Amino acid sequence: MPSLQTFTRPERPRLKVVLLFAVLALLALPFADLGMADHNPWPVVGRMALGFLQPDFSAVDAIGTAIWLTICFAVAGVALGGAVGLCLAPFYHLRPVRWLCIALRSVHELFWALMLMQILGIAPATGVLAIALPYMGIFAKVFSELLEEADQRPSEALAPKVDALSRFLFARAPLALSAMTSYTLYRLECALRSSAVLGFIGLPTLGFQLDSFFQVGDYGAASAIMICYVALIASMRIWMRVRLAPLWLLAAIVTLARYDSLPMGPGALMRFLTQDIVPAPLRHGWDFAALLDWLRPLVFDQAVPGLWATLLVAQIALALTGILAFGAFGSLVPRVTPRPLRWLGHIVLVILRSFPEYMLAYLFLQVFGPSMLPAVLALALHNGAIIAHLLGRQGETMVPGLRADAPSGLSLWGFEIAPRLSGSFLALCLYRWEIILRETAVMGLLGVATLGFFIDSAVQELRLDRALILLIATGLMTAGIDSLSRVLRRRIGGPNSSRHRADCC
Amino acid sequence: MSLARLDGETLGYGQRPVLREVQFALSRGEHVVLLGRSGAGKSTLLSRVYTQTSATDRVALVPQDHALVPQLSVARNVLMGRLDDHAAWHNLRTLVWLSGPEREGIRAYLDLVGLSDLAPRKVEALSGGQKQRVALARALCRGGALLVGDEPVSAVDETQGAALIEQLQARFDTTLTALHDVGLARRYATRLVGIGRGAILFDAPPSEVSDAQLADLYAA
Repeated sequence: MPSLQTFTRPERPRLKVVLLFAVLALLALPFADLGMADHNPWPVVGRMALGFLQPDFSAVDAIGTAIWLTICFAVAGVALGGAVGLCLAPFYHLRPVRWLCIALRSVHELFWALMLMQILGIAPATGVLAIALPYMGIFAKVFSELLEEADQRPSEALAPKVDALSRFLFARAPLALSAMTSYTLYRLECALRSSAVLGFIGLPTLGFQLDSFFQVGDYGAASAIMICYVALIASMRIWMRVRLAPLWLLAAIVTLARYDSLPMGPGALMRFLTQDIVPAPLRHGWDFAALLDWLRPLVFDQAVPGLWATLLVAQIALALTGILAFGAFGSLVPRVTPRPLRWLGHIVLVILRSFPEYMLAYLFLQVFGPSMLPAVLALALHNGAIIAHLLGRQGETMVPGLRADAPSGLSLWGFEIAPRLSGSFLALCLYRWEIILRETAVMGLLGVATLGFFIDSAVQELRLDRALILLIATGLMTAGIDSLSRVLRRRIGGPNSSRHRADCC
Repeated sequence: MSLARLDGETLGYGQRPVLREVQFALSRGEHVVLLGRSGAGKSTLLSRVYTQTSATDRVALVPQDHALVPQLSVARNVLMGRLDDHAAWHNLRTLVWLSGPEREGIRAYLDLVGLSDLAPRKVEALSGGQKQRVALARALCRGGALLVGDEPVSAVDETQGAALIEQLQARFDTTLTALHDVGLARRYATRLVGIGRGAILFDAPPSEVSDAQLADLYAA
């Protein structure tokens, strides 16, 4: 009798993860408010389309100023964040430093700006710090990883008694310098987006100008400013050279220093620290019962519903991101898609990548009216475009290495490219999970009932103590999802994270 | 007088023993050469001796992979042999700017290895042989009681190799090197140490080491 060969069922951790997220998104759908209410989008769409087809550059002064200030905030924020991050990087293995950095980067730039405004007002320092503070945490983490990945042998070959600073400057920093420089350039691109978005809450950057054009229905000017913005981001590698960086920084500092802002009254910082953010029942002494009474509605009526809405939007957006990215990346790969269509694909993806989620959501809000739909669409389009772009680039490098008699078109995509990139795809999606969540929370500022909505309301009512508790809840959620995503990434055994790190904003 | 002494120690990477119960001593004034097939444990013994001696004496090291910083200039890499002689602020200054006399001082060491024209060049632009000579210049610049070198002339031709070994012996009282060139080793060593099969197989002056012993060392 022939021996029965037993096949063990293959472990398919990737499939399990995909199914898990698909099911989560489907479960979330019925609870999410994705309707358009009684909103008829077509008149707005018509006017917008007309405006966008006829960009009006006549408001060149306002557009120029907004773009220049957007650059200034970004450059100054990255310079400060990078400098402090570099100083923290060698100490990142120490627990207090690591926790400080995690806390700094778990709070979104817009939330930082909201809180900083309470101390500094609408001032240049608010914008610069709002970018610099979270970026410090990110730079410290990434720089420490880059230093660790760099060749350790020169440092080991130094005499044992060489002091730590000389060892760092001679035998550690030079080896990671080029990787750190290119990461910093990449971060500047992220900062240009952050800086533009800061305008939506009142800083004088691009978002502010865009908002004012929309308020008066000047879609031609809005179109012009968005065209300039895409051009600005797409051309960054041309105008931002490492050698020119000091000049850009100097120009940014001079511009921001000359910028007039309303001074805050004296003692704003002390009042903020010793009163505003102290829970109301504790301001006149310790009262545990009162604290609980204060905390209970805050947690159950704000934090929990906010978290719930944030998770709903994020999970649906993540699933849609995956579908869009997986469906779209083939359009960038040679031998799958003919050249003219590939160009079209690149252009569409560049535009979607250039606009931050928040700005896209703002646009969709004008069209669809207030619901979770604009947020979901914006998150999925932006993040899907990023993942598709990265996968497309990997696919491009893969094609020349394929066997000569490989098929082309959809068959090539289905049999050769997509299976090989599925691990990468999943790792990228998991990587962006945390980012999507961060952005979802902040979209509350646009009126979607995610955590940001409650934080914004608390700030508007000047109840900063409540805002702080909600911010902490948001930070914990982000940090929690970050570590969960890391666990899943390790389990699916995809490509290691450092390869994807450079493309995460 | 003994610089280093291993008394029955077992050496290895992590849990894996490479050399068992090593009996080895290094005295001042000796020029000891380690011989053996690659992977036999020469580097293990060298690094053990380096750790032991560098805790108390000034020791110059030429690692097998050179351990240079490719992004820095040749001059800076040579200077790295002496970082522990100066305070951090001084090193920071020399990283940014070298004075005329400092430049001249570094040039003198580069002259010894035949690289004097390359001082301002970045190390990443050099050939393999040139990199090795930068590593040697770094060790010469450091100076000290002992030179530990792991295949310090493997990337240069025979004539240059002999000249460089002569330089090292002229500048260092005591040297401990691993070499794969047996002829070179016989010519310059005061003691030959053969390593194979996880142990020291012979340890004697070159005149007392037979060709048969060497053939046995390199045989499978």
